[in-house]
Amino acid sequence: MAVITFIIDDEQYSAQEGVTILQVARDNKIHIPTLCYLDGLSTLGACRLCVVEIEGSPKLFPACTTKPTENMVVRTNTEKLKKYRRIIVELLASEGNHQCAVCVVNGHCQLQDLAYEVGLDHVRFPYLFPKKSLDATHKDFVMDRNRCVLCTRCVRVCHEVEGAHVWDISGRGIHCEIIADLNQPWGTSANCTSCGKCVSVCPTGALFEKGASVGEMQKEHDFIKFIVTARNKHEWVHIAPEDE
Amino acid sequence: MTVEDLRELAEKEQARQAQFEHRILYCSSAGCVSSGCDAVKAELKKAIEELGLTNKCELLGTGCLGLCGEGPLVFVHSDPTLYQHVDAKVARRIVEEHIGQGKKVKENEIDLKDPFFASQTKIVLENMGKIDAESIEEYIAADGYEALAKALTEMGPEEVIGEIRKAGLRGRGGAGYPTGLKWDIVRKGVSDQKYVVCNADEGDPGAFMDRSVLEGDPHRVLEGMAIAGYAVGANQGYIYARAEYPLAIERLKTAIKQAEKLGLLGNRILESQFNFRIDIRIGAGAFVCGEETALLRSVMGRRGRPKVRPPYPSEKGLWGKPTVINNVETYANIAPILRNGSAWFAGIGTQKSPGTKVFALAGKINRTGLVEVPMGIPLKKIIFDIGGGTPEGTEFKAAQTGGPSGGCIPKEHLDLPVDYESLQTVGSIMGSGGMIIMDNTSDMVDVAKYFMDFCMDESCGKCIPCRVGTKHIYTLLEKIVNRQATEDDFALLKELCMMVKETSLCGLGQAAPNPVLSTIRFFNEEYISKLKPATTFNATGEEHSPVTVAKEVK
Repeated sequence: MAVITFIIDDEQYSAQEGVTILQVARDNKIHIPTLCYLDGLSTLGACRLCVVEIEGSPKLFPACTTKPTENMVVRTNTEKLKKYRRIIVELLASEGNHQCAVCVVNGHCQLQDLAYEVGLDHVRFPYLFPKKSLDATHKDFVMDRNRCVLCTRCVRVCHEVEGAHVWDISGRGIHCEIIADLNQPWGTSANCTSCGKCVSVCPTGALFEKGASVGEMQKEHDFIKFIVTARNKHEWVHIAPEDE
Repeated sequence: MTVEDLRELAEKEQARQAQFEHRILYCSSAGCVSSGCDAVKAELKKAIEELGLTNKCELLGTGCLGLCGEGPLVFVHSDPTLYQHVDAKVARRIVEEHIGQGKKVKENEIDLKDPFFASQTKIVLENMGKIDAESIEEYIAADGYEALAKALTEMGPEEVIGEIRKAGLRGRGGAGYPTGLKWDIVRKGVSDQKYVVCNADEGDPGAFMDRSVLEGDPHRVLEGMAIAGYAVGANQGYIYARAEYPLAIERLKTAIKQAEKLGLLGNRILESQFNFRIDIRIGAGAFVCGEETALLRSVMGRRGRPKVRPPYPSEKGLWGKPTVINNVETYANIAPILRNGSAWFAGIGTQKSPGTKVFALAGKINRTGLVEVPMGIPLKKIIFDIGGGTPEGTEFKAAQTGGPSGGCIPKEHLDLPVDYESLQTVGSIMGSGGMIIMDNTSDMVDVAKYFMDFCMDESCGKCIPCRVGTKHIYTLLEKIVNRQATEDDFALLKELCMMVKETSLCGLGQAAPNPVLSTIRFFNEEYISKLKPATTFNATGEEHSPVTVAKEVK
């Protein structure tokens, strides 16, 4: 495989051909915010938080799916990108019922972390106050669709890693919802193995364990990469949690 | 069937048609069906039989005759006369007086020298008003499948692609990507299987170009696809048509059956080594499935959601195989290019955008309907010469091209040549060819709100900017229309529009703010006049507008 050199934020980096800008950035401790991306799962490119500027193109590119080419000049943190990332988080905050103070993952929530990161001190858009359903039919877990950001990590982990494909999406646009089986109560799903991977990878408090009180639910996101590496490469290596 | 058989069939059919002194063609497209062409057809048939003209006069249903607003339309071919607003009574008179006595029915006649007809150049629509939409023999008699025969017998796949590249044909779905280049990428792709897909998921409000082509001349599209299949090395084609086009789907099914029966589709086409099958896939009504990656997923039976490109469909399309995906109108251009040569095609239109474009004229315009014009024609000419301008007593205000993804073009830009690049300079797009004309009674903020309502409803919900952004753009526009918005809201609207445009995943989201941005650009004062002064709060928390605050200070 050929090695290419390119520039991220005025510094030169080299990388194997075929890896994405996001991977190179992470390997070199350059922080690019992400939400739908999770190591070990297929990339979706849907949350648009990781968009970067590439010199010579008027468009913005998601770092998670874009592969660098020789001498490409990438910028990850311009004023425009910062502004747009703030709006993305602002849109999410207005879309769901994200009341941190009463949420089980308060303090361990990736949406909350993003809000801090982009400096979201207030929301300029009217709150949509969704009245989506809450599914507590599973014996161990709960799904609160009002806290869901539709990153589809749960859908992908269930389909790609667990192989059960309990979760999927129904509806369109603002009416999108995550559903179990063919929109049946989660507890009645014969496919669900109760493995809890979906709960672990959920970035917010949409999926949580029963019995957890405010701020008590902590999530483990990095073991998916471990499982996938072990399964595909037969290498049982613990990857240190991202420290950025 | 061999190529000789094909030509023999064409001659036989031409001879059969020559037997008739008169050919009466009634428009059988959806527009005229809805205005009652079935009754007209029945009366024409009855009258012909009653007057004993069956040996002299042939009656057939043809494709869209263009002036959809004046339907039902009937065309007498032998002595070229077009009749509008035909009902059963007029139908009988056409047969009795025109055919029987040679006297035209003056009251319903349309002048064929009118600029509406004279200013058009017909390539895609050349068979409309000439052939029976449901007869393969008539299509063959009009040089149909001749281009496929030529490609299979005289040309190699590279030569076919070379011709298309030299002709400079660009995708008619809206983006204008060079068709030859796309085919070349697929041809060069290494794979055991390749596919050809036709995008017939025409979802823009007010657009009906593709529907008319499929209803009036389905074989033209099949032939174009078969040539594409031969050029890139594919043996399977899919037409993705929306379920809202039942007549088009019906005619396509008939056409595929007819072509298969004659050996023009299927295995060993025209006794060559080339096999090509075409199947129809029917969409379930999602606008986003007109986006190519979403369309391909829908063809595969998956949820119609776009995915990030690259890889493009020409590298990884259906089931991960190289796939050509083009619009109906693009395929309809292929056969004429091969028949008449690339130089002929390149000579029409402009250098950068050769050929013609079909537009569906709708809205506040005197002649609504389907028109085909050479690229580069000034917008003014389409609206005032061909379309006859806005109704009397009103004034032209703006033309909306490209549907919900396009923009509004004001009267200052009426001289703009209509081609891919020029339309982009004023913040609009060519799009698939819808053109909605608005007069001074239209409120531009309301227009923007209408299109945003559409985009919000049709957003698939995959990416955040489009899913939530379009919702809030709509809410802000609603606030402006209701005169509840302040300057801060207006600034926020502009900021959000730019963000949705630049960060959305697919073309739908990226283009969704276009109607808003273009109306802000050209009709800013309509927004400003609807804003209310910013409110402030006094110490007791009551709302104050700055005006009242100023009064109190006094």
